Amino acid sequence: MNKASKSASYIALVAASAFAVAAHAGPDEDSLTINGETEIVTETAAPDHLSDVFDTIYSGWRFRTDETQSLEMDDFDNPGMLTVDAAMEAYATAEGTVGESCQGCHEGVETFAGLTPTMPKVDEETGKLVTMEDAINDCRTERMGADAWKWSGDDMQGMVALIGLQSRGMPMNVAIDGPAAPFWEQGKEMYYTRYGQLELSCANCHEDNYGNMIRADHLSQGQTNGFPTYRLKQAKLISKHNRFRGCIRDTRAETFAEGSDEFRALELYVASRGNGLSVETPAVRQ
Amino acid sequence: MNKTLGAIAAATVLGTAAWAETVAPTAVAYDDYGAVEASLTGTPGDVENGAVLMNKGAGNCVACHQIGALPELAFQGEIGPALDGAGSRWTEAELRGIVANAKKTFEGTMMPSFYKTEGFVRLGNAYTGKAHEGDVAPLLTAQDVEDVVAFLMTLKDE
Repeated sequence: MNKASKSASYIALVAASAFAVAAHAGPDEDSLTINGETEIVTETAAPDHLSDVFDTIYSGWRFRTDETQSLEMDDFDNPGMLTVDAAMEAYATAEGTVGESCQGCHEGVETFAGLTPTMPKVDEETGKLVTMEDAINDCRTERMGADAWKWSGDDMQGMVALIGLQSRGMPMNVAIDGPAAPFWEQGKEMYYTRYGQLELSCANCHEDNYGNMIRADHLSQGQTNGFPTYRLKQAKLISKHNRFRGCIRDTRAETFAEGSDEFRALELYVASRGNGLSVETPAVRQ
Repeated sequence: MNKTLGAIAAATVLGTAAWAETVAPTAVAYDDYGAVEASLTGTPGDVENGAVLMNKGAGNCVACHQIGALPELAFQGEIGPALDGAGSRWTEAELRGIVANAKKTFEGTMMPSFYKTEGFVRLGNAYTGKAHEGDVAPLLTAQDVEDVVAFLMTLKDE
């Protein structure tokens, strides 16, 4: 091959890959079944409160490459399952001054089926918005006499994922009315606030531009139904609050802390944007 | 006496000249349509550095815009319109206004304001996630803006 035809085929290659990028726009058409048995709803009608912005909501799985998608289709390939397995052991291990394990009170972890789709939710007694991390740490410090876990540590996120796994395939269904309403409104306001020197809101990318490429990143709707999610870039199970923090940091803003009331409110609002999508944790993303 | 007056006059002229050379981010004169007629520095833009800013540092224009003239840049974004032909579609003054603060031209646009230092919500210290302290530097310097505009002016319709 002479020089000229070499560069001609190089140009053709560049043109072809430019085409491939353009064809990327929007979610793909793939469907997700895990372990050949659990069907995951990755696309459904948007909840009523989003009717003026979306017709359809999509799981982030639909925006990833085939290679990344395949890692979530079989638990043996899913790198997040190692942390979940460790949590299963911790679940049955007595800890703290009381000498109890999770299993001692709750019996089998499958008894948690149905809880994750409703989280976070308002505790009727205290009036506080409670995330799964809060509930786990409350058990540890108040009932087990054990130390609280760090919000985004493997111990905590493994347990959040293990409990979530019991609801895998069930539709997200967080309450946004009644006592949840003021938290939901706070989270909504945050979602549309343009933070930092780049003046970017969640909505700028995940509502107005989902499906588009921002440099090498294919923007999703920013759904949380797959969290805790195994993020290949960070090579561990990532909490919702950690991802919120990373996104706000990248607007050149002062972030909020993981476990802050602001992020609890944002967690509720973002979860409500995914009402109807299946619980997917531990999902696998880029 | 005359000498003193002359010295004061000279100092004033010098001072004015130095001030006029770089327009502060808070002093940029946008017209009703968001355009900025006067150069921010008085120094002509450097096309080559403008091309570098398309890819790197605080510019990173290619994160959101496609630039056909720079095919060597991988992963060109799809958020904003392609910049091809920008130098034919817009005047230099319009491009200067859009780069400095696009919100003056397109109300509510997602595009960051590259020559602005005020009015941010929870301004951080670059990408650390921590609060910003002290004087605020714009995303691009005045000369960077001129360089970017000079590069964009070379992107003519074919």
